Amino acid sequence: MPANTLFEAKRETATVTEAHEGGPSVHEMSRRGLLDHLTKIGAGALAAAMSVGGALPAIARAQAAPASPRPTRRKFRYGMVIDTRRCVGCRACMVACKAENKTPPGVFYTVVFDHVIEPRIDDKPLFLTKPCFHCEHPPCVDVCPVSATYKREQDGIVVVDYDRCIGCRYCMTACPYSARWFDFDENYPAVEQETRYAEVPSPEYNQFRRRESGKSPVGNVRKCHFCMHLQDENGEYDKAAGRWPACAKTCTGKAIHFGDFLDPESEVSRLVRERVAIRLKEELGTEPNVFYLL
Amino acid sequence: MKRAFWIVGFAFLAAGSVGLADRVINGHIHANYGSIVTWGLWVAAYIYFIGLSAGAFLVSSLVYVFNLRRFESIGRLALFTALVTLLLALLSIVFDIGHMGRAWHVMAYPNFKSPMAWMIWLYAVYFAILVAEIWWLLRRDFVRGAREPGWHGHIYRWLTLGSRDDSDAGQARDRRRVRVLATIGVPLAIMFHGGVGALFASVAARPHWHSGLFPILFLLSALVSGGALLAVVATIFQHGLKRNRDTVLALGQVVLALMLLDVLFEISEFLVAFRGGIPGEVAGLKLVISGPYWWVFWGWQTVIGTIIPILLLALPTRRDPRWVSLACLLIAAGLFGLRLNIVIPGLAVEEIRGLGQAVASMRVHAHYFPSVTEWLLTAGIVGLGLVVFGLGEMLLPHSDGEVGHVPVR
Repeated sequence: MPANTLFEAKRETATVTEAHEGGPSVHEMSRRGLLDHLTKIGAGALAAAMSVGGALPAIARAQAAPASPRPTRRKFRYGMVIDTRRCVGCRACMVACKAENKTPPGVFYTVVFDHVIEPRIDDKPLFLTKPCFHCEHPPCVDVCPVSATYKREQDGIVVVDYDRCIGCRYCMTACPYSARWFDFDENYPAVEQETRYAEVPSPEYNQFRRRESGKSPVGNVRKCHFCMHLQDENGEYDKAAGRWPACAKTCTGKAIHFGDFLDPESEVSRLVRERVAIRLKEELGTEPNVFYLL
Repeated sequence: MKRAFWIVGFAFLAAGSVGLADRVINGHIHANYGSIVTWGLWVAAYIYFIGLSAGAFLVSSLVYVFNLRRFESIGRLALFTALVTLLLALLSIVFDIGHMGRAWHVMAYPNFKSPMAWMIWLYAVYFAILVAEIWWLLRRDFVRGAREPGWHGHIYRWLTLGSRDDSDAGQARDRRRVRVLATIGVPLAIMFHGGVGALFASVAARPHWHSGLFPILFLLSALVSGGALLAVVATIFQHGLKRNRDTVLALGQVVLALMLLDVLFEISEFLVAFRGGIPGEVAGLKLVISGPYWWVFWGWQTVIGTIIPILLLALPTRRDPRWVSLACLLIAAGLFGLRLNIVIPGLAVEEIRGLGQAVASMRVHAHYFPSVTEWLLTAGIVGLGLVVFGLGEMLLPHSDGEVGHVPVR
């Protein structure tokens, strides 16, 4: 089974570079296995799409360079600044996210709200797109009984190890922002009817899992990971090359700004410095890395 | 009475097999919880059963730790009830998780920052203590029973685990061991069940759960439900009211006192929240008393599960063990309503307003009613409990009174 060889390949690499306490971490994965896998399932269309999107060069580079041990110190603090005044509520971010991550029905890594404040005293609409906030103190992480979800040391992205997660959904109760979704094994018609689309794996965590009933991520909790699979081997994104979180890349009103808060000159740092930014539910002490401009 | 017990047990078990088949074959797709109300009937069933287990165990400690002779005749029953309900609780929660085959991950990769990991580890210790305690309590009876011919003796020979000592000294030694185990068990039961309360209470994102009273309420309602269940069990089993009459009456009074305390705590919870009036904190309670399932609170939990039994236990009917037993049955049933009203309203409040309208999906909805599969599987778990309990009661040696005559130092 192609999916299994993929997992095994992943485990092999993981044992070498194991840094996350107690087991393989989600972002370690054999790129060679991926290419083999893609060839096997004949996902030519995907490979083409990825070369346009810029993922393929990244993979090729990663393949050439030896797998480096996971960095342990914080290099980036990725986050977003979302300008609600520029958001027109078109929901292109939701669609882009679905197209990028191939999430099933009922799983939405980002959601556009339009009833947050109701009734309003003026007639201005307020739209609010809400990905995972990748909090500095994520309450979801502490409650996980098996440490399947954790905040990555190098860039603060909160990820889920699909192979470790038992699907207890405790993290979903603990997240104050409803940023977590359970995969109930539901499928869109294109997947259900086993069209070519069903063959296309999700690039999430560079694991390229093909959707199979009963196999992870089915039965797991899923969440936004800032399209982490688009990072290069240094953990950097590249907007010009299109390696940028799908929602931010696609935003029609340019309302979603993405970047590194550790870099004082990044767009997000400047926006937070120069404009009035708020975060949701500050009183809980979670310190989200997603800010809203009002 | 016993016949009705068996019929209900097997009928539920049969119904449960349908639910089980659906859960195993189709996973969670036919369950009605989603990504807003993400825990449902199975989690409520789990905290209900584990409460029964903790409660029954703590009642047994009255006998084996505090030497209260009055409850001696139900000591074994209480321990066995605790064991069976613990198994039911673990079953309920295993069916709820996304990957049942990975349940062992909690033992292999525990995160001790998580109350859930603590809980599972404490259950493992508790399970071992329960089994050891029951075995030592029954050891001499096994040894004696092993001499009998036939299948009964055969089972007992296997259960002795090779022990042959049936002396009084051996029995006294067993009782000392039981006492040590039971004594360790008391703080353990308080920890794990208070821990279940803390599992909910520590979730700051859910104001309905996030209260210092919560773990205490869990313990109290565990004692109430465990004591009530034991009164019902003692009415039906082991010579029923012929032998357990006084025990049932006494248990009724204990349950009444605990129940009143439980009500007091509940009132405090409501009063403080409503007088404070913070919308987020009141939202869950409003769902409880006036949401779509108001009748669970007012009808099931308050009238059937609280007011009627309190009256039955306080009025002169308290002197008739049949009325007491009925009151206890109502309490034990009513507390399931309480469990539902803990889990579901805590989750059924949108964390950010408009989430249900933002996307069209049956999984993203603040309304929840358990599906047929969820009901069937829960019924099956209850049925399994009844059948296992019935078999154990039939096969395991009864307390015949002689145990109590061995002095414990």
